[in-house]
Amino acid sequence: MLMTPILQKARTGLMMSAAAAALVLSGVAADAETIRWARVGDALTMDPHSQNEGPTHTLNHHIYETLVGRSLDGSLTPRLATDWGISEEDETVWVFTIREGVKFHDGSDMTVEDVVFSLDRARTPPSGMAALHAAVQEVTAVDDTTVHIRMSGPAPLYVQNLTNTFIMSKAWAEANGVEMAPNFAAGEEAHSVRNTNGTGPYMLVERDPEVRTVLQAFGDHWDDAPAVTEIIYTPISEAATRVAALLSGEVDIVQDVPVQDIARLEQTPGIRVMRGPENRNIFFSYDMASDSLRSSDADGNPFASPEVREAMSLAIDRNAIQQVVMRGESQPSAAPLPPFVNGWTEEMHAFGAPDLERARALMAEAGHADGFSVQLDCPNDRYLNDESICQALVGMMAQIGIRVDLNAQTRSLHFPLIENWETDFYLLGWGVPTFDSQYVFDFLVHTREGSYGAFNGSRYSNPELDAKIESLATMTDLEARDAIIAEIWDTVMEERIFLNVHNQVLAYAMRDGINLDVHPENQPRMTTVSFD
Amino acid sequence: MLTWGPGFTMIAFILRRIVQSVMVMLTVALVAFALFRFVGDPIASMVGQETTLAERAELREVLGLNDPFAIQFGRFVARAATGDFGISYRLQQPVMELILSRLPATLELALVSGVLAFVFGVGFGVYTALRRGNWISGSVMTASLIGVSLPTFLIGVLLIWVFAVELQWLPSFGRGETVYIGDWWRTGLLTESGRASLILPAITLGLYQMTLIMRLVRAEMLEVLRTDYIKFARARGLSNRAVNFGHALKNTLVPVITITGLQMGSIIAFSIITETVFQWPGVGALFIRSVQFVDVPVMAAYLMLIALVFVIINLIVDLLYYAVDPRLRVDRANARH
Repeated sequence: MLMTPILQKARTGLMMSAAAAALVLSGVAADAETIRWARVGDALTMDPHSQNEGPTHTLNHHIYETLVGRSLDGSLTPRLATDWGISEEDETVWVFTIREGVKFHDGSDMTVEDVVFSLDRARTPPSGMAALHAAVQEVTAVDDTTVHIRMSGPAPLYVQNLTNTFIMSKAWAEANGVEMAPNFAAGEEAHSVRNTNGTGPYMLVERDPEVRTVLQAFGDHWDDAPAVTEIIYTPISEAATRVAALLSGEVDIVQDVPVQDIARLEQTPGIRVMRGPENRNIFFSYDMASDSLRSSDADGNPFASPEVREAMSLAIDRNAIQQVVMRGESQPSAAPLPPFVNGWTEEMHAFGAPDLERARALMAEAGHADGFSVQLDCPNDRYLNDESICQALVGMMAQIGIRVDLNAQTRSLHFPLIENWETDFYLLGWGVPTFDSQYVFDFLVHTREGSYGAFNGSRYSNPELDAKIESLATMTDLEARDAIIAEIWDTVMEERIFLNVHNQVLAYAMRDGINLDVHPENQPRMTTVSFD
Repeated sequence: MLTWGPGFTMIAFILRRIVQSVMVMLTVALVAFALFRFVGDPIASMVGQETTLAERAELREVLGLNDPFAIQFGRFVARAATGDFGISYRLQQPVMELILSRLPATLELALVSGVLAFVFGVGFGVYTALRRGNWISGSVMTASLIGVSLPTFLIGVLLIWVFAVELQWLPSFGRGETVYIGDWWRTGLLTESGRASLILPAITLGLYQMTLIMRLVRAEMLEVLRTDYIKFARARGLSNRAVNFGHALKNTLVPVITITGLQMGSIIAFSIITETVFQWPGVGALFIRSVQFVDVPVMAAYLMLIALVFVIINLIVDLLYYAVDPRLRVDRANARH
């Protein structure tokens, strides 16, 4: 009776959750542990496929489960699939062995039918996950424990795209009219936006969007029972308030700790801060291909000149940005990808001290001894201290005669500039959810055409490189593939398409006695919490 | 004309005001809509980074964002007239439902801070008027100057640090436990944690209004206390209490009540900052999040709601003036002859 799934509208949630809480307290009082968890924003929806967005996935990972999971070091772990691999007969088919004995929160058994249904739902627009499954042709259940996914060609890394694709109940979706992911244009709220039925370690007992979400441990979960039996998730958007709530003991874990507060929190008795690298690097890039720049007084396009790009790389002082702007909370690097991504090398990462003399000489060599002016477009609410990073760069570029006019604005104005090729020089941050370099090449390096190059704001276009990038998608010999990746990186680094600044570092602050490691995708799992 | 009795001119006046109010609402909608074009592209926040440019263009088409301004505006007005403000881009819930579910939080906060501002404003105002030169009055006046010059954001953070972090008397964020009155009104006033959560935001939001009322009451009191009828009242040997409160205060309250009423609109409209600092789940915080996400349907509905609040308050005030001031009626009646 204790574990009867409670799925109801947030409106009636309060009384029900009080009842559920009472049950839990009386039932398993001995080891009941509640974690009050705060972060800057709420999940946008509880629908498992509607939005491909970090905070939404983070919360949903507690309620729903994926076929494969992502561990703290970035490797894949079994979740609802116990085993997976490319079919021996047909290299375009992925074979997944589905875990047996898994129950949904409503008590029904999970079957391969649910897996097929969920993957089909996730890959059909208006699902926000569709782009990750664009190469899927057909999903079929072969027997009671095996699912085949047929791709349009060999797709050796497709399994990496499944770490945020959740499995839901087919019967539940049909009963509630949510066979498809909710559509923005539909004009009405779908049942799955505030109600759930997953197989995850926690059940949703109260959902009050942007106020409070309460999760309770699911007793029939297939895995070991987690130490945390109840999660109270509260978004607190204001940084000062978020930190105050932790200091006053009103929350136990704060996920988005402002950079300027990390050092102070570490010195506060009773509070500890956990740090780890985030899967996101911050870089500048520029229009390398146009004949002239829209915001510059220079003749022609100075960014087209390799000397100018080299001069810029010699003028940027990454360590100064780390110490002054980031207060030590970043990993300076010249490599435009996070260190745990396949293809990263120590060589790409290394950078020397700024050499202004050489940089000025290069500027003169390129015919810009007197410098030039250009506008730098920068978001001011997207990455950690994004605007300050740009401000720091303005000073550094001034030293070699590049007069940068900073245009910092909100993200909804910034990103369309890159999308529409309306910026000469911009800041962008990039995460690699597949943990493989191909993702970077597809979106940032390949010529913009079709599904390629959506964030290629440099207008860089190299048919030879494009062919290599396209070949990566279907190469099953991983060693040969890694060699091609290295070749592509050689060109990218040589051409200086990116002026990388650093990798972001994540910090979680929590009450003493709680252990929660930083997740590289910033998706902390409360199942991994342990208590001292 | 004899058939034009006072009742008829009253109705004509109200009708005219209502037509004017509708015009105001339409103007607000137009200005708001024109501004949305500068807020940015909603698509960027609605889709994941893997979405192709073609898919983005398609979503933009489906949402009607490519249509000419006039068509978008016309569609919005036509739907808004039937109470349909669409679905939130961000939370995927109907906008009206979303706003109605957040409104009680804002109204309760506004009401409590309005009452606090009025009670303490009048109290301090009377005290500082009667005890001029006394050191308590001096310090109250100085404190009020600080209260009026510090930004709301800073006051909120300051209160959180003192009362939530250092003293740990009051919660630093949220609304505490809430219960339903009727079908949709969620109140925090009936639970202990709800009332405790209300104190800091209410002070933060009401401080400016309190200072304003206090200074107004003080100035009016000083004015009235100098008048002849107060001197006569004292000469007749009435008690200080009767003079100060029965005669002086009573005569200062008319403008104070007008100002307080008008300020209620501002309290509701400007609760945005207070709600953000205290993570108060009201419409102001909803609006800020919507601006960050470029959630156009919610922004549009919120601005219409605030315009409606101001229009209604002004309408009531106008009607009250009309009822109170006979000259308005006479002038209009004369003008028609």
